[in-house]
Amino acid sequence: MKWNRVYALFVARNLEFMRDRAALAWSVLLPILIIFVFAFAFTEENPEKFKVGLVADTALPATAEQFRATRYIKFIEFDQVEPNLRKIERHQVDLLFDVDNNRYWINRTSPNGYIVEKLLIAAYAGSTDVPRKTLVEGDEVRYIDWVIPGVIGMNIMWGALFGIGYVIVRYRKFGVLERLSATPVTAMEFLSAQILSRLWLLVIVNLVIYVGMDLFVDFRMHGSYFNLLLVFVLGSVNLICCGLVVAARISSEEVANGVLNLFSWPMMFLSGVWFSLEGAHPLMQKFALLLPLTHVTAAAREIMIDGAGIIDIADHLLALGVSSVILLWIGARIFRWE
Amino acid sequence: MSIILQVTDLVKRFGSLTAVDGVSFEIREGSCFGLLGPNGAGKTTTIEMMEGIKQPDGGTIRYRGEALGEQFRNEAGIMFQTTALQEFITVREVMRQFSRFYPHSAGIDDLADRYALHEFLDQDTRKLSGGQKQRLLLAMALINQPKILFLDEPTTGLDPQSRRNLWEQVQQVKEQGATILLTTHYMEEAYELCDEIAIMDHGRIIAHDAPDALLEAHFDDVVVQIHAADIPRDIGEREFQAIYRNDSAHIVTSDVNKTIEHLLHFDIPLDRLRIRARDLEDLFLELTGKELRT
Repeated sequence: MKWNRVYALFVARNLEFMRDRAALAWSVLLPILIIFVFAFAFTEENPEKFKVGLVADTALPATAEQFRATRYIKFIEFDQVEPNLRKIERHQVDLLFDVDNNRYWINRTSPNGYIVEKLLIAAYAGSTDVPRKTLVEGDEVRYIDWVIPGVIGMNIMWGALFGIGYVIVRYRKFGVLERLSATPVTAMEFLSAQILSRLWLLVIVNLVIYVGMDLFVDFRMHGSYFNLLLVFVLGSVNLICCGLVVAARISSEEVANGVLNLFSWPMMFLSGVWFSLEGAHPLMQKFALLLPLTHVTAAAREIMIDGAGIIDIADHLLALGVSSVILLWIGARIFRWE
Repeated sequence: MSIILQVTDLVKRFGSLTAVDGVSFEIREGSCFGLLGPNGAGKTTTIEMMEGIKQPDGGTIRYRGEALGEQFRNEAGIMFQTTALQEFITVREVMRQFSRFYPHSAGIDDLADRYALHEFLDQDTRKLSGGQKQRLLLAMALINQPKILFLDEPTTGLDPQSRRNLWEQVQQVKEQGATILLTTHYMEEAYELCDEIAIMDHGRIIAHDAPDALLEAHFDDVVVQIHAADIPRDIGEREFQAIYRNDSAHIVTSDVNKTIEHLLHFDIPLDRLRIRARDLEDLFLELTGKELRT
């Protein structure tokens, strides 16, 4: 591979992108839009301040029913206690009440938990059968903390798949690739230049999103910024390679659009960006592991929420790295200039 | 002169259609070789295989005795009939980009001077006129100082001035020692530029030699041309087997004196009479037929 050729293609692609005002505006506008949507969505007052999880196989006793009638508390029914204790640890639920065993859990550091507990005790005032209390440790994880890694991952996915796929298909359709094929440039050199050109753009755009959201919305970041960057860079490379494979042979923008949607929509809903796949059908969970966005989102979440280190997210990095190499190899093998 | 490119038994099929069917020829170094043929004759497929863009299904292409490879890529300059360039890029930037693809390249300013592109160097390539764009594409094809230059219908769509200008530039390239492979629909262009031509039809080469040698081999007659209004159709078609084209009646004859005597016998005025030798267009139509190709 000759790096001067890669550099020449890289420079030309960047010039083309930077001067395409519509594409540039869209790339800048979308992150701003995302920041504002999130700033708006997560600064609004929520009338339901408190969340209580209920585990009850039988009908609720009168005292529990009285507690359940409390206004401004959202009661969520759970089947089991154990899998949901993590929600108490992360402050996603303020109190977990196992009605059948007359026991409840709250987080030691949760102010909401403290207040909801007072309400529970008040409902049982005068009763001899007051539920037993168990304290849980763990810092709060709000939905915003949980969803932001996925939102950045999703933005990378759109930028990578469509940004690279459409450009290559357009180049092929109008004969730009045919002209390049008449030079010493190899498919690997061309594809490498496209990856690099899209990669720096994705890094910059998502950095803007991250910083912008950090200014407007307070969210959790417990891990290393370097590790997070590594996940996003590797995720970007992987998703760009997906785009390359899709665009390797197609010469119609309409077909490319269909195939890219076929790739992106399952990732949008099955990669755990908006909601957890916990409790989903096991086959669906297995399928989700085949999607690169699942690994990007999960690894970023582990870093940002749990402060995970490289070793903790090694499985995700390995999955992204190995599949990137395979995808790039497939892309270069099946790539057609014409 | 040594052989720079050798094509042997070249075959290309698209499904059940054999687009190129056993084509063989050699191109001498420093010469201009013309590949002519009607639409669908297989010349573009042939040239694309020679450029290394399409893979043949059979036969071999050798550049300086070797299969097409790195040396060929570095030494070949290619100008496609139509080429889209990356958008939002200036003439200078596209030339700089292409110059970086090769180990050796001509200077951008030098090429811009030679092909009258200097004043457009900082202009978006999309804003160039047809002639300016063709000059840019030629300059791009020459950016690696090629030893062999492929020109695929380089003057299609150009006005007569731009066409002649491009011919002059191609002549200059040839004078500098480059070998040229040209495809064209303009027989005058082929006659003007080519040392050797091959006429293709239905995927095969049906004639191949120097233009004058081909004309000599196929024709021993001339065309007597008279204004159509001077020779009524009923006499022309009956007595002279004249062919009417636009405003002219064409009489093909190997005995001009006798034909003129005959015309005088029918009191046909000779004021607008012209006698011309048979040309490549006559040969092309004779060999490939007059029916319209799609």
